[in-house]
Amino acid sequence: MTRPAKRRLRLAAGVPGVNHWTVWGAPGAGSQIDFSTFEHVARTAERGFFDYFFLAEGLRVREHKGLIHELDVAGRPDNFSVLAAVAAVTDHIGLVGTASATFNEPYDLARRIASLDHLSGGRAGWNIVTSSDAFTGANFRRGGYLAYPDRYRRAAEFVELSRLLWDSWDGDRPGHYRFDGDFFDTEGWFPVAPGPQGHPVLVQAGDSGDGRDFAVGTADVVFSRHGEPEAGRAFRTDIRARAAAAGRDPESILVIPAVSVVLGDTEAEAQERARETQFAQVTPQTAIHLLEQVWGTDLSAFDPEGQVPAPPEAGEQLTQGQARRVDDPQAAARAWHAEAVEREWSIRELIVAKTTRHEFVGTPSQIAERLDDAAQTGAADGYVLSGSVVPHGIDEFVDRVVPLLQERGVLRTTYEHPTLRENLGLGDRPWVHGVEREEIAS
Amino acid sequence: MSDHLVLAVALDGAGWHPAAWRDAGIAPGTVFRPEYWVDQVRQAEAAGADFVTFEDALSVAGPERPGRLHGRLDALQIANFVARRTSRIGLVPTTSVLETEPFHASTQLATLDYTSEGRAGWKVQATRPGESANFGRRNIVFDIARLGTPEGQEQLRRLFDEAAEFVAVVRQLWDSWEDDAVIRDAATGRFLDREKLHHIRFEGSAFNVSGPSITPRPPQGQPLVTALAHQEIPYRLAARSADVVFVTPFGEEDAARIVATVRDIEKEDRTEAEPLRILADLVVALDASPSAASDRLDAWDALDGEPYRSDADIVAASAGELADRIEALRASGIDGVRLRPASVHLDLPAIGEQLVPELRRRGLLPAAPATGPLRERLGLDRPANRYAA
Repeated sequence: MTRPAKRRLRLAAGVPGVNHWTVWGAPGAGSQIDFSTFEHVARTAERGFFDYFFLAEGLRVREHKGLIHELDVAGRPDNFSVLAAVAAVTDHIGLVGTASATFNEPYDLARRIASLDHLSGGRAGWNIVTSSDAFTGANFRRGGYLAYPDRYRRAAEFVELSRLLWDSWDGDRPGHYRFDGDFFDTEGWFPVAPGPQGHPVLVQAGDSGDGRDFAVGTADVVFSRHGEPEAGRAFRTDIRARAAAAGRDPESILVIPAVSVVLGDTEAEAQERARETQFAQVTPQTAIHLLEQVWGTDLSAFDPEGQVPAPPEAGEQLTQGQARRVDDPQAAARAWHAEAVEREWSIRELIVAKTTRHEFVGTPSQIAERLDDAAQTGAADGYVLSGSVVPHGIDEFVDRVVPLLQERGVLRTTYEHPTLRENLGLGDRPWVHGVEREEIAS
Repeated sequence: MSDHLVLAVALDGAGWHPAAWRDAGIAPGTVFRPEYWVDQVRQAEAAGADFVTFEDALSVAGPERPGRLHGRLDALQIANFVARRTSRIGLVPTTSVLETEPFHASTQLATLDYTSEGRAGWKVQATRPGESANFGRRNIVFDIARLGTPEGQEQLRRLFDEAAEFVAVVRQLWDSWEDDAVIRDAATGRFLDREKLHHIRFEGSAFNVSGPSITPRPPQGQPLVTALAHQEIPYRLAARSADVVFVTPFGEEDAARIVATVRDIEKEDRTEAEPLRILADLVVALDASPSAASDRLDAWDALDGEPYRSDADIVAASAGELADRIEALRASGIDGVRLRPASVHLDLPAIGEQLVPELRRRGLLPAAPATGPLRERLGLDRPANRYAA
C-alpha cells in the first residue's frame, strides 16, 4: 500500500530589514547593504533547498513626527540589481524581488525582470506591490498622482502589458506590440526574447478584498501576514475559494505567509530565546515610538517601563512611508489600553505583546513537525523565513530543521527543475487569467 | 590627468559591425546567455582595460531589418551579474534618462557600486529613437534632418537640460546619506543619525524629487559618470554633469579642435572639481595588415547588404598602426580611448593580444593594470559629500 503523497512545504528566505523586528544591535549583526549579506542569505537558503530568495521594498525613508525615523534599520539596495548579482553566485534558488506597479513603467521593469530570468536560467520572480501615497510619490516624476482606488487597476494593467511584452517575440526576433488601456497607451518592440520561464513567477500580497481579488486574478503566489496556522488556514481557504469562483484551479495559486521561527534545545529554552528576541526588537525607545504610532500623539515624556497612558480622543497619523500597523488606530488604541490595564502591562510589555510575534517556537523536531502539519492541513503552502538578525538569521534553521523536514518527506533533497515555477510545482507554463494552458503552450 | 592612457572597451551585441554575429557563427539567442557576457568582460579584464561600457536602449533599432541581431538584455542587469564573476574591471552600463526615474537610476547605480565593490560607472544617454512610444507619456520625435535647424537645436537643448537635471538628482541622492549615517547606537536605540541623512528637495523644470535615497552612499561616493557627445549641446551636458566624455574625432586635428571646444565649455559650465576626462571613441578592426582588416569589413558590409557607418572613426589597421593613431590622439590632448571592437570574436582578443602589449611597449599603458575603485583609475579621488558639514 502506498501512502498518499504528502503536500510539499515551500520555503523562501528574506533579508530582515526596514522594520523593528530586525535586531541590528545583536551580536553578529552584519551589514544591511554590503553584497556579502545578500550572498550569505541566498546561499544559505540554497543550501537548505529553499524555493526562493525574497527582497522587500520601500521607496522612501520612513518619517515619524515629521522627522526621519532613526530607530529601525534603514537603507537597502535596488532589488533587481542585487538579484542579478545573486544570480551569479547561486545555481538553483528562485530570485524574487518586490517592485512597485505604481512608481515604475511596464516597459522598463518588464525588461529588467526578463533580463534577470535569462541571467538566472529561469529563476526570476516579481512581488507586485502598489502604493499611491503622496509621501512616496514625492521621490518620483509624477508625485502622488494615483487615486487610492486606482492602484490595483493600474497594477492589473501593468501586469497585462508586461505579459504582452514577454510574449511579444515572433520566433527569434521582436514582434510589434500595441497596448491601449486606461493607464497605458504604448507600442513598439521589446528587446528581450522570452526567458526560460516565459513569464516570471508573480507574487502578490493583497490583503483587502480588492487585494485578494487582484492576487487571484494575477499571481502565482500570495504572500501574506497570516502566519499563525489558524488564521493562515482561513486566509488560504478564502484565496482558494476566490480562485475557484474566478474559474481558476486552486492548485495553481500558492499561499506563502511570512513567519518567525525560534529554536532551542528544549522547548523552555526556545521560549526564553523568543522572549529575549521580542524585548530586543522592542527597545525602550521603540516601545514609545510604536505606541505613538497607534495612539497618534507624542508620548516622549512617558517611561517605557511605566504605565500605559489612556489614548487621546482623536489621534493623528504620525508615521509616513510605512503600511499602517492596524486598520483602525483609534479602536485599536482603546482595546490595547483596556488590555494593558487589565494585565498590568507596561508600555514596553504591551508593545511586545502586540507587535512582535514568533509563530513557531520549539525544538528543531517540534518545529519540523508543526511545519509539516501546517502544510498537510492547509494552513499554508509554505513560509517565508527571515530571522531577526542579518545575515545569519536562517543559518540555524537550515542546519537543524531542514534535514528533519527532508526526513519527513516534505522538503526536496535536490532541486529537480531548472526554473522557479517548476520547482514550486506550478508546471512549466505561466498561469494567465482567462487563457487556457494549452493555448499558451501552443 | 592620469599618467597613463585610459583604456575602455565598448561592448554591444557581437561587436559593432552589424554582420559580426553572422561571421562569428553564433545563434541570435546567444546575447541572452550570461556566459557570453562574462566571457567578453573577462577578456577585456585580462587585456588590462580600465572599464567596459554596455550599450542599451529602451527600444529596438530597426526591428524588422532582416539579418540583424535584434535583442539585448538590460545593461544594468548584465553589469550586476558580471560584477560577481570579475574582480578588477570597471563596469559602466548605459541608461536612457528621459523616460525613467532618477530615483530608481540612483539606487540602481549605487547598488552596482556595492555589488562590484567600487567598480560602477554610468553612461548617461538622453534617449534613443522609439523610446517614448514604449512609455506613452510624451512624444519625442528626433528628426535627424532637423537637428541642425534652430528649432532642432532648441529641442535638443531642452531635452539635454532635462538630462542634466536627471544627473544632478542622481548625484545628489548618492550624497543624501553621509558615510557615517549608520551609527547603531545602543545607548539611544538609534540605528541612524538623522542629521546625516538629507532631503535633497530638488525642484527642476521637469520633476521634483524629495529624497533622501533609500540606498546608503555607494562605496565610491560618486560612481563614475560618463556621456557620449558629438556637438556643443551634449558637450555642455558632459561638462555640467559627467566625469568622462566620449568624443568622436576623425584624426588628430579634429581631436585637437574637439578638445579645445570641450575645454572652453568646461570653463563656463563645469561645477565638478576635477576636469573632464576626454576619451576618444574608435571603432576598431585589427588584423595583420590594414588591407586584411579593411577587406574583412568590406566582406561584412557585403554580408549585411549595406556599408557600415558609424558616428566614430572606423580604424581598420594593424595593432602597430592603431597604437600610432592612439599616440597621436594622446598628443592632441585626449586622455584615453574607448575602443568599439568591430567584432567580439576577432577584435576583442586582438586588443588584448596585440594592441595592449604594443601600448605597454610604448609606455602608454602601465605594465600591470590599476586596481581599486574605478574613479581612482582615472585619477579621481573619492569626493567629499556635498551635504557634509
